Amino acid sequence: MTTATAVQTPLAVKDLKVYYHTRRGPVKAVDGVSFELARGERLGLVGESGSGKSTIALALMMAHKEPARIEAGSILLNGSNLLDDNDEQVRLRRLSEIAMVPQGALNSLNPVMRIRDQVIDGLKDHNVRMSDGEFSQRVAELLDSVGLDRDVASRFPHELSGGMKQRVAIAIAISMNPSVIIADEPTSALDVVVQKQVVQTLREVQERIGAAAIMIGHDMGLMAQFASRIGIMYGGKIAEIGPVSDIFNNPKHPYTRLLISSLPDTRSKRRLEGIPGLPPSLLRPPPGCIFHTRCPEAMEICSQEIPPTRELDANRYAACHLYGDDDGKVVEL
Amino acid sequence: MTVDYVLKRLGMFVLIIFVAGTLNFAIPRLRPTNPVEERMNQLLQQAGGVHIANVEQMIERYEERFGLKNPLWLQYVNYWIALSRLDFGQSIAYFPADVTKEVRRAMPWTLGLVGVTTVMAAVIGSFFGAWLGWTRTPLAISFVVPLLLIVTAVPFYLLGLLMLWAFTVFWPILPGGGAHDPLLAPTFDLRTIIDIVEHAILPAGAIILSSIGFWGLGMRGMMVTTMGDDFIKLAEFKGLKERRIFVRYAVRNALLPQVTGLAINLGFVVSGSVLVEVLFAYPGIGNLLYTAITSNDYFLIQGVLMYVIFAVGLMLFIVDMIYPLIDPRIRYRSA
Ligand SMILES: Nc1ncnc2c1ncn2[C@@H]1O[C@H](COP(=O)(O)OP(=O)(O)OP(=O)(O)O)[C@@H](O)[C@H]1O
Ligand SMILES: [Mg+2]
Repeated sequence: MTTATAVQTPLAVKDLKVYYHTRRGPVKAVDGVSFELARGERLGLVGESGSGKSTIALALMMAHKEPARIEAGSILLNGSNLLDDNDEQVRLRRLSEIAMVPQGALNSLNPVMRIRDQVIDGLKDHNVRMSDGEFSQRVAELLDSVGLDRDVASRFPHELSGGMKQRVAIAIAISMNPSVIIADEPTSALDVVVQKQVVQTLREVQERIGAAAIMIGHDMGLMAQFASRIGIMYGGKIAEIGPVSDIFNNPKHPYTRLLISSLPDTRSKRRLEGIPGLPPSLLRPPPGCIFHTRCPEAMEICSQEIPPTRELDANRYAACHLYGDDDGKVVEL
Repeated sequence: MTVDYVLKRLGMFVLIIFVAGTLNFAIPRLRPTNPVEERMNQLLQQAGGVHIANVEQMIERYEERFGLKNPLWLQYVNYWIALSRLDFGQSIAYFPADVTKEVRRAMPWTLGLVGVTTVMAAVIGSFFGAWLGWTRTPLAISFVVPLLLIVTAVPFYLLGLLMLWAFTVFWPILPGGGAHDPLLAPTFDLRTIIDIVEHAILPAGAIILSSIGFWGLGMRGMMVTTMGDDFIKLAEFKGLKERRIFVRYAVRNALLPQVTGLAINLGFVVSGSVLVEVLFAYPGIGNLLYTAITSNDYFLIQGVLMYVIFAVGLMLFIVDMIYPLIDPRIRYRSA
């Protein structure tokens, strides 16, 4: 955990597979996903509904529920594999090493507990020993850092607006200085102005504590505001991943191109509108490249072979048959 | 909790009593015939002319009490004055006993039996329900679900009869009826207490077994709903201990509707448990009510009814008073 690589790479996901075992067979929601996060890095995960983004987030928190099961892969958190830990070890690593800002800003706080107590109980269950005064001081600092008044501590959730509640959720997430913060559509329940402010706050606190972050979302505008790198998900796989500017200006994967060109305008409303065709069945995925059924550039090989992931540029990876050995070498997962 | 809030709920309580009391006053007067004379005639026929002196005395008393010759408003005022003194008149069945006296004699038995068992059933049922609704409950406890369902489905009286047969005939270890050994003087020594508890076991068991499923299934449903709430997910992401999530997050919230349910049920306690009390010859309000109904004892029925209305109203008022303390959102809404 204290090795040099662990410090540089708080999170390394390798060939992660998460299937939902339904009566009709396994739904391959996450099917061989690999990526690494450097310290302080912000990764944005985008992709249409059902592409497996939330499933990844849950698996990283080890909070996936039946019928979901992690089939293969590893999740190296600060250099040690979460999948090797028992339940109690996983519990202790939540919040202290990896924290989650959840989606439902409106209902994610316990309605019968004061904010102060909901911040403190996480610390207490991670064996943080402090006097009452010190706990109050810590809560006040955390509220300060997410831009909330200190008197919020003594309020109940129903006395806060949606944006304030989400700030509380951020304060809770950073309360133990985790090395990784995951935010699954953290602002989807908020209005546009508040969305921007909350994302800004998330970015500030993340930079302050030097954590790596993953933000999941549909809003390309917010993504551009937040992320340093973007991963495009399709059908449980990462189609393409690279720095934000490259993804926007020079998309390599045909799916990414469709996504970018479907954005109406870079300045106006930049929501993912979707592309023609139906999402693939994850129960019975098509053979070969999972995107070939909707791909405008599909070739014969696309329906036969799964495209390998190639490193096309520094820090640029895409899985597509358009590229050969001349364009970049295949990376082994 | 604001003064405004308390006054509003208090007003509601007074209104309930007022409406119920007025109905109680109006209904017998809306009848075309004099209810007292009618009852007396009925009674005379049944008695075959015996106790004539008593009956005349009864008619006299009732005429006096109802003051039927008085103007209606005066009758109404007198009625409320009598009610405020908890004076419900005299029982027909137990004449010349006061209704209030009869009720007071039966009430302790009912409060003891039905009150205690109602709380016990609610606590035990909610406890099981909470475990059953908890997704991580060991299988060993999960088998209780079908068991609860079966017990709830068995009719009350069947369960009682079965228990009566099992423990007084098949395996005679418990007394078959009554609230205490009639030979024991009602003093509060250990022997009396043991005797009273022994007599209460069967009726108490019948009440608890037949209502525990109601509480258990209600709680289980609320737990399942609560477990799906986002704040449970965040609690898990926070790496809280299971125990804390279970007690402070899940049960704490799922219990809220159970509290209201318990309060209303406690209000109804004063009407006793007719079936159980009759079956086990238990001298509580339920038994009294049964006698009153079978003997057309209009005043006794009305007296018990007023007690029930008062108790339910009072419990609702108490719940309104304590609810803001257990659910902060209520305080907000009424402010
Ligand atoms: N409990 C479940 N049982 C079976 N299949 C499931 C279950 N939960 C999710 N799935 C499937 O897994 C796939 C991925 O779902 P996931 O929620 O991860 O998508 P997502 O990318 O987060 O979508 P969205 O943008 O709508 O949030 C979907 O095809 C979904 O139908
Ligand atoms: Mg999702």
